[in-house]
Amino acid sequence: MRVNVDTAACIGAGQCALVAPDVFDQDDDGIVMLLNAAPSEPEHAATRRAAALCPARVIVVDESE
Amino acid sequence: MTDRAGAGTLILGAGVAGVTTALNLRDDGYEDPVTLVGDEDRAPYSRPPLSKQLLSGRLNEDDIHLCRGDDLQLRDIRYLRGVSASTVDLVARRVLVGADWLSFEHLVIATGVSARRPAGTYPAGSIHTVRTVEDSRSLRAQLDRPGPVAVIGAGVLGLELAAGIRQLGHDVAVLGRSRHVRLGRTGEHLASLVESVLRENGVDLRLGCEPVGVATTGSVTGVMLADGSVVPATTVVAAVGSTPRVEALVGTDLDISDGVLCDEHGVAAPGVWAVGDVARWYDPDAGLARRVEHQATAIEQALAVARSIATGEPSPPIVPFHWTELFSQRIVVHGRLNADLPLTLLAGSLDDRRFVGATLHDGRPTGLVGWNMPREFRQERARFDDLAPAHR
Ligand SMILES: Cc1cc2nc3c(=O)[nH]c(=O)nc-3n(C[C@H](O)[C@H](O)[C@H](O)COP(=O)(O)OP(=O)(O)OC[C@H]3O[C@@H](n4cnc5c(N)ncnc54)[C@H](O)[C@@H]3O)c2cc1C
Ligand code: SF4
Repeated sequence: MRVNVDTAACIGAGQCALVAPDVFDQDDDGIVMLLNAAPSEPEHAATRRAAALCPARVIVVDESE
Repeated sequence: MTDRAGAGTLILGAGVAGVTTALNLRDDGYEDPVTLVGDEDRAPYSRPPLSKQLLSGRLNEDDIHLCRGDDLQLRDIRYLRGVSASTVDLVARRVLVGADWLSFEHLVIATGVSARRPAGTYPAGSIHTVRTVEDSRSLRAQLDRPGPVAVIGAGVLGLELAAGIRQLGHDVAVLGRSRHVRLGRTGEHLASLVESVLRENGVDLRLGCEPVGVATTGSVTGVMLADGSVVPATTVVAAVGSTPRVEALVGTDLDISDGVLCDEHGVAAPGVWAVGDVARWYDPDAGLARRVEHQATAIEQALAVARSIATGEPSPPIVPFHWTELFSQRIVVHGRLNADLPLTLLAGSLDDRRFVGATLHDGRPTGLVGWNMPREFRQERARFDDLAPAHR
């Protein structure tokens, strides 16, 4: 799994860091910081949920890798 | 006879609620046919940027798609775009979509709302509302011309629009009936702070007034108030609430008095679900049913219903979550601030305009607000979820 975030469109809602704290964090402005672009298997479900919940839809999960 | 077992799930409305339901049905392992019907003839898109980044020009129309290119096709979701569902027949379990009757086993109503027009004298074309890409585009084009702007409505959307338009350099007046601005489910706790932010940034807030129509001399020159005065404006934008899109449900025995009435799992009738702005879910904590017009709730409801359809299990309750942006102040609200309880500061300070606050009932927050303090807000929110297991 490969994760990409479009920080320019992030609105800092923090949903991602709440559901997948090992994959996402936020900077001081609340903008998403990707901690791990290639999360391991146990993180996959939480990462997918973060992508689905992101209100700005800026998290892209590529499952093909 | 139609083969009902093979009829799969039919989703009406291709906004964030409908699209999220469709995508997550597949993620949850659902294998029957999924059909998504949307009357807008374009790729599904996200609405919050319409009053924010699209207005400011930070994003353009191609940046706000809800899913990428062939996401729907890849998951074997049939997307019928630019066609409208006009009649729902719950007895025969089918829906008239364009000229075709489509059968369903599960029906998901995700038709959203339309912007309400204010009551009064507003000739066609004299005011703007913002619900679609086209609305946002036409407002943006109008704002390329100089001239003062009046925003009717002092709710969160009106305020956001006022802030966005002010940042484009226009003089902006907000005309609100209520005596204070309304910021979602925050009671009046944040009203004075929000009002200060707007006023400091040059927004002319006129609260407790009664707009009755537009003044025109060929083109729009202002908004008339009930007291006879006129607020000068060459552009008038209205954000005075919304009307649920339930046209296709007239004649069914669903309760559509204010959107589609559902239980706390989104069930409107057996095999009939509603999600997003059109849905009025029962809220067990509040003891009543209400619509929540926020994107995060639309997403959570969609995830819950997709899971229920795919697995047959009922979903856990959903806590409302909302964010907004006013002159680069980022405000997030989780749950509900109770107007009758004091606001307790959990971090930061109101004077610094960086804080996390809550209204506490028996030591348990009914709602949390974060103001420019994303990290601390998230920490408190995580704690809140622990404190209130019934909420997750
Ligand atoms: C300008 C603006 C700014 C916003 N900002 C925020 C924000 O900052 N934060 C936040 O949380 N929320 C915000 N919202 C609210 C958020 O956009 C909504 O909660 C969300 O769009 C709801 O999604 P939905 O899918 O329920 O409805 P919609 O997005 O309205 O989608 C419904 C779709 O169904 C279609 N449809 C309706 N009837 C039919 C039919 N009979 N047949 C076929 N198709 C049909 C509609 O045309 C529409 O495309 C904002 C909304 C607007 C308009
Ligand atoms: S959930 Fe989305 S919008 Fe919110 S911080 Fe994460 S990436 Fe940004």
